[in-house]
Amino acid sequence: MNTEKQVLLSAQNLNRNFGAVVAAADVSIDIAKGERLCLIGSNGAGKTTFVNMITGYLKPTSGRIVLADEDITALAPRQITRRGVARSFQIPQLCMHLSVLDNMLASLHCSRGERSFFRSGREPEAVEECHNLLGRFDLAKHASRPVMELPGGVRKLLDIAMALIGQPKLLMLDEPTSGVSAEEKFMTMDTVMNAIDRGAQSQPVTVVFVEHDMDIVERYASRVIAFYSGRVIADGSSSEVLADTEVQRYVTGSVRSTEKAAA
Amino acid sequence: MIATSSKRVFLVCALVFLLLLGLSLVLPKWLIFLATIALANGLVSLGIVLMMRSGVVPFGQGLVFAAGGYTAALLFNRLGITDALALSLMGGIAAFLIALPFASLLARYRGIFFAMLTLALSMVLYGILMKTNALGGSDGFNVTRPTLFGFRPEAAQSTFLLWGVTAGISCLMAGLARIYCDSTRGLLSLAVRENELRVEYLGMSVVNIVAWNYLLAAFLGGLGGALSVLALGHIDPNFSYWTTSGEFVFVAILAGYQSVIAVFVGSLLLELVRSFSSAYFPNTWQLALGIFLLLVIRFLPDGLGSQMYRLLPKRPTKD
Amino acid sequence: MNLLITIIFDGLTYAAWLFIVALGLTLVFGVLKILNIAHGSFYAVGAYAGASLVSWLLSIQMSPALSVVALVAAAVAVSAILAPLTERGLLRMFYGRDEVLLVLVTYAMFLMLEDITKLLWGVNPYYVSDTYQAFGTLSIAGQSYVGYDVLLIGIAVGCGLLTWWILNRTRHGKVVTAVIHSAEIAASMGVNVSRIYTLAFMGGVFLAALGGALTAPMISVQPGLSVGVIIVSFAVVIIGGLGSIEGAAIGALIVGLSRAAAVHIWPPAELFSIYVVMAIILMIRPEGLFQRIQARKI
Repeated sequence: MNTEKQVLLSAQNLNRNFGAVVAAADVSIDIAKGERLCLIGSNGAGKTTFVNMITGYLKPTSGRIVLADEDITALAPRQITRRGVARSFQIPQLCMHLSVLDNMLASLHCSRGERSFFRSGREPEAVEECHNLLGRFDLAKHASRPVMELPGGVRKLLDIAMALIGQPKLLMLDEPTSGVSAEEKFMTMDTVMNAIDRGAQSQPVTVVFVEHDMDIVERYASRVIAFYSGRVIADGSSSEVLADTEVQRYVTGSVRSTEKAAA
Repeated sequence: MIATSSKRVFLVCALVFLLLLGLSLVLPKWLIFLATIALANGLVSLGIVLMMRSGVVPFGQGLVFAAGGYTAALLFNRLGITDALALSLMGGIAAFLIALPFASLLARYRGIFFAMLTLALSMVLYGILMKTNALGGSDGFNVTRPTLFGFRPEAAQSTFLLWGVTAGISCLMAGLARIYCDSTRGLLSLAVRENELRVEYLGMSVVNIVAWNYLLAAFLGGLGGALSVLALGHIDPNFSYWTTSGEFVFVAILAGYQSVIAVFVGSLLLELVRSFSSAYFPNTWQLALGIFLLLVIRFLPDGLGSQMYRLLPKRPTKD
Repeated sequence: MNLLITIIFDGLTYAAWLFIVALGLTLVFGVLKILNIAHGSFYAVGAYAGASLVSWLLSIQMSPALSVVALVAAAVAVSAILAPLTERGLLRMFYGRDEVLLVLVTYAMFLMLEDITKLLWGVNPYYVSDTYQAFGTLSIAGQSYVGYDVLLIGIAVGCGLLTWWILNRTRHGKVVTAVIHSAEIAASMGVNVSRIYTLAFMGGVFLAALGGALTAPMISVQPGLSVGVIIVSFAVVIIGGLGSIEGAAIGALIVGLSRAAAVHIWPPAELFSIYVVMAIILMIRPEGLFQRIQARKI
């Protein structure tokens, strides 16, 4: 148990509904620095809504979001990104006709707010930095290929790499292993987590990820929050939460498939 | 600090400029005149290409074309400013200023609506120009021979002076456009074209990128308009009519968004087809253009520029 | 007061043929999602076809009043020939491509039809003003109005009602409405979407040609007709909302009345007033007055 828990982002009493559908009901979560927080819950439970509110895509009907003492509730997505919150997407959001390297370069420039009319977009220093990160994701060999030629798993990794190159303080990963075959899920998460750890400079990167696969949850999460019907129904370590009866009823099902050989 | 690749670009531009000047000594006058018009129009299409690189197609560049043209013509006639370079620059700036209030609004539109809003604005200007007698109304008005750094050309020399100025400005703009396309902003423009949602989520303002592309295109359009007026010796509200805007788009589509030179080649092709057809087959040149456009859209969706890269293997990496 | 009635009547007359044309444009956009630049060209072909047919019929002593029927027949013929040709022969090759690209394809069609019209009918103007005079004049409050204009207004209203009725009260119309909302889903429910496309396009071309044919007696039919019609009908459908019948009607009324007002009160505004309205609508309510599709991205 950490005695020193610095809160990076504090979501306070978030409410959000779409007509009669309650997507978030009084959700309050404090995300601590360096945490590996996993959000679980069945589809429609409110995980993605939460992520969308944090990243500015959706505005809560009530409640606030505070990042490092600043109220970011009303900010636009790009303003929130500039303050150190990056996200990856469930369906990879990439520039399909551009090369992998160009995608990374674009991400790098965006994160640095560089939009010069004259300086080349492909300066050696920037290219090298992109290659480094691509290397950590084992994507270097694809650098000059257009994204649309690449398989889904590779696109997923690129999507995450693009979010990471900006050296965010808080990285939100929306189902990082969805669409990845069962055998490769651990490999993918290992690659992602290693890349995050190796890149982290003075401060650790706080990671929040949405997941459905409980094996991944157990292995990588330091803390788990379970959603149901827009509410938080459990919050604690993975073993605590996964043993919770409500969680078992509403999220994981009463019988868990822990018998799968894990690597 | 100017990067080596930028130096190389300007070197190529200078060489091309000298080549074009040299050509004017051997080519017939009618061709030089045609080429002057082609380059001037090409500047407008170049601006459209810059916008296409961030995913929008304007159908109303007549607005900035006319703004530049009328500015140059008015300065010439009312204020006695006759220097070709000065007039061109003023035309560009005037067009930039006219576009300025609309830039960030326009940058929030896409697809058909972007096209229609630019179209509407150009037609508003057309309507105003048609009914403003002080500006010549529907007939427009004439300008006479421009000067250059104080030198007043004879009638025979004027063609060369205009060619020199137009070629020089075009080469310079082509070089700057190349550098811009290779720049950070140029890369981000492509990213916006592909996935603007992602660009926003990466922390960059898409509206800023699109708006600036629009403003640069406006400046280019104004330059083109001013140079056109000087070459034609005449201006009228048709500069802002939708069919004029349509032709600029035609050339931009023909050229594609990958090569700067292709834009000017395409513009020249259009002028040549128009000239020859008007002379020999006056009722079929639009038919020919239409078929040509269809063929390009069908078989060369990336424009001629994509083909030009196949012919020049030693080009630096295309954007 | 007289001025007001004149403006209203002038505006209605202008709005009448404009509505017929705009209805066709908005129908094609609603179903095929194509903003057809060549729509004005079909108008011109309709005008030429109507004018040449009526010229011939009048020369064989047909009654001018009946020639209106000939105008309608000409429009039908134009659409029966040109619509399948352009939709199946040309547009179909580009379905699924970017919407702006399709607009460019229609721009190419416009260029081609400009010359094709010249090749078929020459460059000299056609006049069929006999038909215009055939319905006498109406006297309202001391002012006289041409009977043909009243007839035109009546036909426009009829077209609007008929289209509305077909779309909302017939089975085929419901199918077309389904395609308007989602061609994909309609197809997966067994609708022959490509046949609907062809039919809708034919309807659109018919309306354009009808607008042209009915206007022919009022003007001199000559090269360059299409150019002005295209841009004005675009203004109408943008103002009213792409894909909306009511929008086409209100848009046509707004454009017709503001033009009539400008002509009679402040002529300098005649040309740009329409586009100012178009621009303002695009800026504040881009979907037009009768919302159907989304316009802004950010």
